[in-house]
Amino acid sequence: MPRIRSLENPLANRRTILDAEQMQRVIRRMAGEIVEKRGGTDDLVLVGIRTRGVPLSEQIRDYIREMEGVELPLGVLDINLYRDDLSTVAQYPEVKESRLPGPIDDQIVVLCDDVLFTGRTIRAALDALIDYGRPRSVRLVVMADRGFRELPIQPDIVGHKISTKRSEMVEVRFEEVDGSCGVDVIETGEGE
Amino acid sequence: MSTEFHWSRKDLLGIAELEPEEITAVLDAAESFQEVSARAIKKVPTLRGQTVVNLFFEASTRTRSSFEIAQKRLSADGLNFSVSGSSLTKGESLVDTALTLQAMAPDLIVIRHAYPGAPQMLARRLAAGVINAGDGAHEHPTQALLDALTIRERKGRLDGLKVAIIGDIEHCRVVRSNIHLLTKMGSEVVVAGPRTMMPAAIAKLGVTVSYDLDEAIADADVIMMLRIQLERQSKMLFPSTREYFRLFGLTRARLQAAKDDVIIMHPGPMNRGVEIASDVADGSDSVILEQVSNGVAIRMAVLYLLAGVRQAVA
Repeated sequence: MPRIRSLENPLANRRTILDAEQMQRVIRRMAGEIVEKRGGTDDLVLVGIRTRGVPLSEQIRDYIREMEGVELPLGVLDINLYRDDLSTVAQYPEVKESRLPGPIDDQIVVLCDDVLFTGRTIRAALDALIDYGRPRSVRLVVMADRGFRELPIQPDIVGHKISTKRSEMVEVRFEEVDGSCGVDVIETGEGE
Repeated sequence: MSTEFHWSRKDLLGIAELEPEEITAVLDAAESFQEVSARAIKKVPTLRGQTVVNLFFEASTRTRSSFEIAQKRLSADGLNFSVSGSSLTKGESLVDTALTLQAMAPDLIVIRHAYPGAPQMLARRLAAGVINAGDGAHEHPTQALLDALTIRERKGRLDGLKVAIIGDIEHCRVVRSNIHLLTKMGSEVVVAGPRTMMPAAIAKLGVTVSYDLDEAIADADVIMMLRIQLERQSKMLFPSTREYFRLFGLTRARLQAAKDDVIIMHPGPMNRGVEIASDVADGSDSVILEQVSNGVAIRMAVLYLLAGVRQAVA
């Protein structure tokens, strides 16, 4: 869960997995898959996990609006209050607001996040969601699945599955947050 | 909202020593915590397993309840240690009491004490984080922070505002913290009250002093009315409550002098008809109950920030 963004190292070895255009195509495809699996858009609620699950969920909403003419309700979840590593981190993370669009009871919540790694963020997100109500089901959509799960959590829809080494970091960039779009794998050299 | 800034204090003892960025960090965090209180299930597991001792050497209902609710909403275990029925009435010294508590390994201690400096002394001696919930008329930092959050929510900023603080400037425990906070954040502060309730050197804190309510609230964006401590009336600080109300009581008619969008604040408990007229206290300009809700959010934020540092030290 702790995302180390040690990008200061100019020698860091970076390889691009998806460029901006490819990433757009992948997100459009994922939006289509969400609607296809549901057989429509009934009762769907999109929820983006801060930080980069939020722009992903927004783009999915835009594509679904384009394809289906339906504006899905959109929520934002900050999972920091639910982290399981608060007793080990050196500094508590900055907490930002969570905001769900309405009651999620009996809705189908589509959780969106950028990178699926250990699965601990998703565990925290599930705990957070349950505090807001009892959804009929929760689906998981991630831009990149890089493996190394530590919990029995699997995605329903994956943008791109990437084989990585522990020492590598997967970075999903969004225009709104990072100023550019794309998916990169970076060798940090800090591996275990 | 800077991402570089990190809260690094073990204790929250007063506003005087805080930097503007630290004040902003608490207010920003509190804004995030407000949402928790709006949920059906008003609880997050964040401080699970952490123990907070509420050490109240002076009676307090509001502040203590507010801290207790904040602790419950963060899943911390709160322990109330109040004067009546404890060894504190049996002559134990503050330090001995604190060391006894320390042996029970609390993570945070919330303290209210009649003597200025009591929280500072505890903070120096104890490993636990210490939160000052009022030390005499010295500081009451969480009250000033919740006032600031209320103002920022209503006005969108703190800098460039004119804030009038009216009443017992000498004895009211919330005054100094509020003056420190507001002047640090760029507000212009005017204090007004009877001469018997005005400390001689108060202007040194960077405020304008007035002895006239109408002059003080002219063009004010914010008016903070302070509680007149009727229990101090034996000191004869003013001739009668009726005269006090005539000279310093906030009424609808006098409010005309302030800005149209002025907000009225009061730390509570109110004496209606002494420092504030009922129609003003209940009017549309009054944000008195918002202050109470914001108090819980501020205390959640402070507990969270201090617990995080405590963790880093441990």
